[in-house]
Amino acid sequence: MSRGKGPVWVIAEQIDGHLQPVSLQLIGQARKLADGIGSPLEVVLLGENISAIYTQLISAGADLIFAGDHPAFQIYHAQIFTTIIIELAQKQQPEIILLGATYMGRELAPLLAAKLETGLTAHCIKLELDQEKNLVQKIPAYGGLMSIICPKHRPQMATVAQGVFPLPEMNKDRVAEVIKIAPPDRVASRVEILEIVREEPQGLNLESAHTVVAGGAGAGDNVGWSEIVKLAQVLNAGLGSTRPAVDAGWSDINTMIGQSGKIVKPDLYIAVGLSGEQQHIVGVIGAKVMVAINNDPKSLVFKRVDLGIIADCKKFIPVFIKKIQMYKSNG
Amino acid sequence: MLKIAVCVKAVPNPEQANQVKIDPVAKKLNRIDIQLTINSLDKHALEAALQLKDKIGAKVTVISMGPSEASSVVSECLAYGADHGYLLCDHAFAGADAYATAYTLASAVKKLDTFDVIFCGRESSDGATEWVGPELATFLDWPVVTMVREIVEYSTTDWIVKANTDGGYRVVKVTLPAVLTVTRELNTPRALSFSSILKARNKAINVLNLKDLGISEEKVGLKGSPTMVTELACLDNTRACEILEGTIEEKAEALIRVLVSRGVLK
Repeated sequence: MSRGKGPVWVIAEQIDGHLQPVSLQLIGQARKLADGIGSPLEVVLLGENISAIYTQLISAGADLIFAGDHPAFQIYHAQIFTTIIIELAQKQQPEIILLGATYMGRELAPLLAAKLETGLTAHCIKLELDQEKNLVQKIPAYGGLMSIICPKHRPQMATVAQGVFPLPEMNKDRVAEVIKIAPPDRVASRVEILEIVREEPQGLNLESAHTVVAGGAGAGDNVGWSEIVKLAQVLNAGLGSTRPAVDAGWSDINTMIGQSGKIVKPDLYIAVGLSGEQQHIVGVIGAKVMVAINNDPKSLVFKRVDLGIIADCKKFIPVFIKKIQMYKSNG
Repeated sequence: MLKIAVCVKAVPNPEQANQVKIDPVAKKLNRIDIQLTINSLDKHALEAALQLKDKIGAKVTVISMGPSEASSVVSECLAYGADHGYLLCDHAFAGADAYATAYTLASAVKKLDTFDVIFCGRESSDGATEWVGPELATFLDWPVVTMVREIVEYSTTDWIVKANTDGGYRVVKVTLPAVLTVTRELNTPRALSFSSILKARNKAINVLNLKDLGISEEKVGLKGSPTMVTELACLDNTRACEILEGTIEEKAEALIRVLVSRGVLK
């Protein structure tokens, strides 16, 4: 793709007519980038019966919407979505394409990047422009922040998790054009989606929970983990985990907090038996009050929280639970 | 017979890798010797292939791109039961991002055999981008299903799989040849037996370099990578931590008092 200051793109996502919050967060950030480059902000949205969403996209900052409203787009289909977006990208020559790190985004982004013969960066927590107006994509690495650029290829592509950027202020006075896009004429589809099954979510929604209890390898075993689960229940908290806890088989990958998991901003975050590695902590830096329970006084986690309890979590949690219950029953 | 390729990555041992940190003063990475180990999710990819080999018969080929030290990881896969092992190893491959890695793997796949299925772990423990599987599929012009958690039906022409999606899973019919990236839920990797280690001693690891693959130096490694790291800066997440002292009971009571006073425990 030739070099030029094309538009900034956000590929928005909806499920059953509901816009994913990360799409609006991305539009907010993309607006800043587009203004910095002096380019328009274009949003691509595919789905069925989605016209109610357009005003949200426009209020959030879109200058132009490419909307595919058709039964063929009802559910995300890799081949159909890739075909139609590539066609559009070749016409519009976007400078930047941003996607949410959702299930769709994490599959669609690399399919688009490989087809467009360009680079793609995952887990961005900051997106800035350098002096040449290149996109600087910052990701956590080695306990620090690594800057990645894509100097010679366009578009510059990145995925961002929900919660990294705030929701933009909505300006209902904004107006923008909506251009309808039709599904591809014929896709020799080699993937057929037979069924989508929604499972009952386990526990509270981590991203909206006021309190989050997260456990790590220091839980030690299933018994230790069950104490952490109990603490989350007593506090009516979302239950989060670190990668080692997922790897140990104690918790589901969907509960993982951090760089390659969820980004949460609770009022109260309690870290149990985890060492406070950057990959995890970047997922909770927005928390108001952070507490760590860990038996190692030298643990890194005590440098990254507000309150520390040096204790074996298996001994501390049952006592803590009892005291919380006493406090609650006494008002 | 079904021909399966499994892409595996030799990654720095995750526990040791966590000790590599940027020095906030010198702004350099501390250097420690780290062992390479098979990426944990790739074990599940290999297991998926081996289970099919046990059930219906399959030829399992392991392909890895990495430095010469990564041959230990390919050997390990042969010991688990893979039939053939290839290490794509050349100085020109160094510094590859996901794009250049997927391109190199795709070149090897095209060169080696007419595979029916390629299994990859969903992500690696070090880069964790999840890009290589889908990009590999694109370079091969094959379909991909990411985050496969169950193989429901298989035939020589198409498979039905369950793959994770938002708040649930999708049931997908995919026409072969195809790339499938797998999750931990798919299976439990087998343990390595002594007899299998002995049997694998005679299996050779084939090393392929840039020339063997017949691809341009411009398309691989650092040169072939669209993305570039420009800076590694410190990220200060330090908070002033108050350690609560006393007996366990006293600590628990103190914690509740502070949380209530800060308005986060109601």
